Amino acid sequence: MSNILSNTPVPAEGSVNQVEFVRQRPSLISRFAHNRSVVIGLTIVIALILTAIFAPLVSPYNPIKQSFRIQLQPPSADHLFGTDEFGRDIFSRVLYGTRWALFVGMLADSIALALGVVLGLMAGYYGGRLDATIGWLTDVMLAFPYLLLAMIVVAVLGPGITNAMIAIGVVYVPQYIRLVRGTVLSIREMEYVEAARCIGMRDSRVIFRHILPNCVAPIIVMATLVIGWAIVETAGLSFLGLGAQPPIPEWGAMLSSGRNYMLSAWWIATFPGLAILVVVIGFNVLGDGLRDELDPYLTKR
Amino acid sequence: MSRYIIRRLLQLIPVLIGVSILVFVGMHIIPGDAAILLLGDKGTPEALARLQHELGLDQPIYIQYFRFVADALRGDFGISLRTRQPAWTEVWSALPMTLELSLSAMIFASLLGIPIGVLAATKQYSLFDSISMVGVLISVSMPIFWTGLILMMIFGGTLHWFPIGGILDEGISLHRITGVHLLDALIQGDSRAFWSASRHLFLPTIALGSLSMATLARMSRSAMLEILRKDYVRTARAKGLSERVVLVRHTFRNALIPVITVGGLQLGILLSGAVLTETVFALPGMGRLAITSLLARDYAVVQAVVMISAFFIVIINLLVDLLYAYLDPRIHYA
Repeated sequence: MSNILSNTPVPAEGSVNQVEFVRQRPSLISRFAHNRSVVIGLTIVIALILTAIFAPLVSPYNPIKQSFRIQLQPPSADHLFGTDEFGRDIFSRVLYGTRWALFVGMLADSIALALGVVLGLMAGYYGGRLDATIGWLTDVMLAFPYLLLAMIVVAVLGPGITNAMIAIGVVYVPQYIRLVRGTVLSIREMEYVEAARCIGMRDSRVIFRHILPNCVAPIIVMATLVIGWAIVETAGLSFLGLGAQPPIPEWGAMLSSGRNYMLSAWWIATFPGLAILVVVIGFNVLGDGLRDELDPYLTKR
Repeated sequence: MSRYIIRRLLQLIPVLIGVSILVFVGMHIIPGDAAILLLGDKGTPEALARLQHELGLDQPIYIQYFRFVADALRGDFGISLRTRQPAWTEVWSALPMTLELSLSAMIFASLLGIPIGVLAATKQYSLFDSISMVGVLISVSMPIFWTGLILMMIFGGTLHWFPIGGILDEGISLHRITGVHLLDALIQGDSRAFWSASRHLFLPTIALGSLSMATLARMSRSAMLEILRKDYVRTARAKGLSERVVLVRHTFRNALIPVITVGGLQLGILLSGAVLTETVFALPGMGRLAITSLLARDYAVVQAVVMISAFFIVIINLLVDLLYAYLDPRIHYA
């Protein structure tokens, strides 16, 4: 064993190759800068983050202050997006809604990512019975229509924005498990993993030093896309009355109350929906662009 | 092939057991058992104990689970709290509406999505390609419930082209045979009811189907592009086959295989979307039943809806797998 190792200077040769390889390619950042999808998506996402941070400074009115003298006013110079049935300024509410959307999207995504990556790594690396059990759990969760699965979780935990967020996080766990497990399976058989095992590295070190870093690219792509989807799904739960409760300025809840005034006051339901659309387009475009750049299995079309 | 089918059928059993455990455990963690909910405020402790005994809620948990499974296999999911009818009856009467909506959305999505994707691939980088891919991106990103509301506002509220909710106009009654309105109207030769139901289904179909339409368009575009680059397509062109034959016989037929897989899996997504679409358009389907039951803490019905939709999805996935094996002769299942 030691003989083989001394005869084949694996680490040295590997690192030399790697350096040359990297030099030949343009850096990741310059590749990102030349990808239209990444640039457009990132611009939208950064704009949203700035809106969320500066919502209190930018929004002209208090998002939850009711004022019955100015109920259901159409869009005007004073109220860009009009006012709702309680006389609240919809523009301000949409701006504040960005905070909720990003918060909910990122947290739901983090829950799914944390659980999914751990389970996926274990299933892929150890295989055998553990893999079979995790695979079974994945199949079972994927057998539910995702919205009904989320509804059960909300039923168990009780309605509310936090629980809706957890529910959507749970729904996306199997997607991450499948992704990570598949990636790990392809990496596990690589020679450098075998080499690491041969020199007696502990499993945890092999996983964190050699396997996980190589799963990062597909995980980043997935995580970007899931934020957008999680925002829509959570808004959907709020729309059904299971998520954000009034007076929280959350887009799904705003749509739900705007539905009652749909025929007389179109602006209440229109603008929060447009906001969701913009957010989701941002994350979708960014995710697609990142996939083009990061996924080594996809050649550019 | 038949051995493969049997093996896949056997693989369904652990998944369905898992589904039943998850639903059972979920419904048990919810505070307040069925007896408390059924009796409401007026139950005395004695009446409660009697009902709990009757419903088997005083038994050990694993016995309760086996009873739940045994009952569910016979189609007994308990009594609905709201209507005091068997939960199964409730779901059974709402199921056809959801199937009608999902299938019409699926048909809309395939009839529009696949041609768009194929055309975009054959004219890659053309104006049509760019415009349709932007359209696809927007359709993928639109929340179903918002699409529904906007369509309703524009085509129902403002233009009055389509009704804004429900499934039949007032004054039209349709004798229920299958529960699928369009089918019932056809069987009975009732053209007025058929017209009315189609008009009512139009907007919900577009709202629900646009997401799948976009997914199918994207999928068929990339599948077509992938195959157009294959050597055998070049060979087919080189030997002088007309472009039409190359596209239809050599490319499209092969591109269809992944598209069908994705299309089949869309049905599960449509069942989720149906909850939102039915809520927006006030359609008496399974999704709306699930949400009203959940908000009313009528968990027997929720349980029944969830079990039945999971069953449907598992069966659909099986059929997609089998179709895949049938369509792709390279795949050999032993």
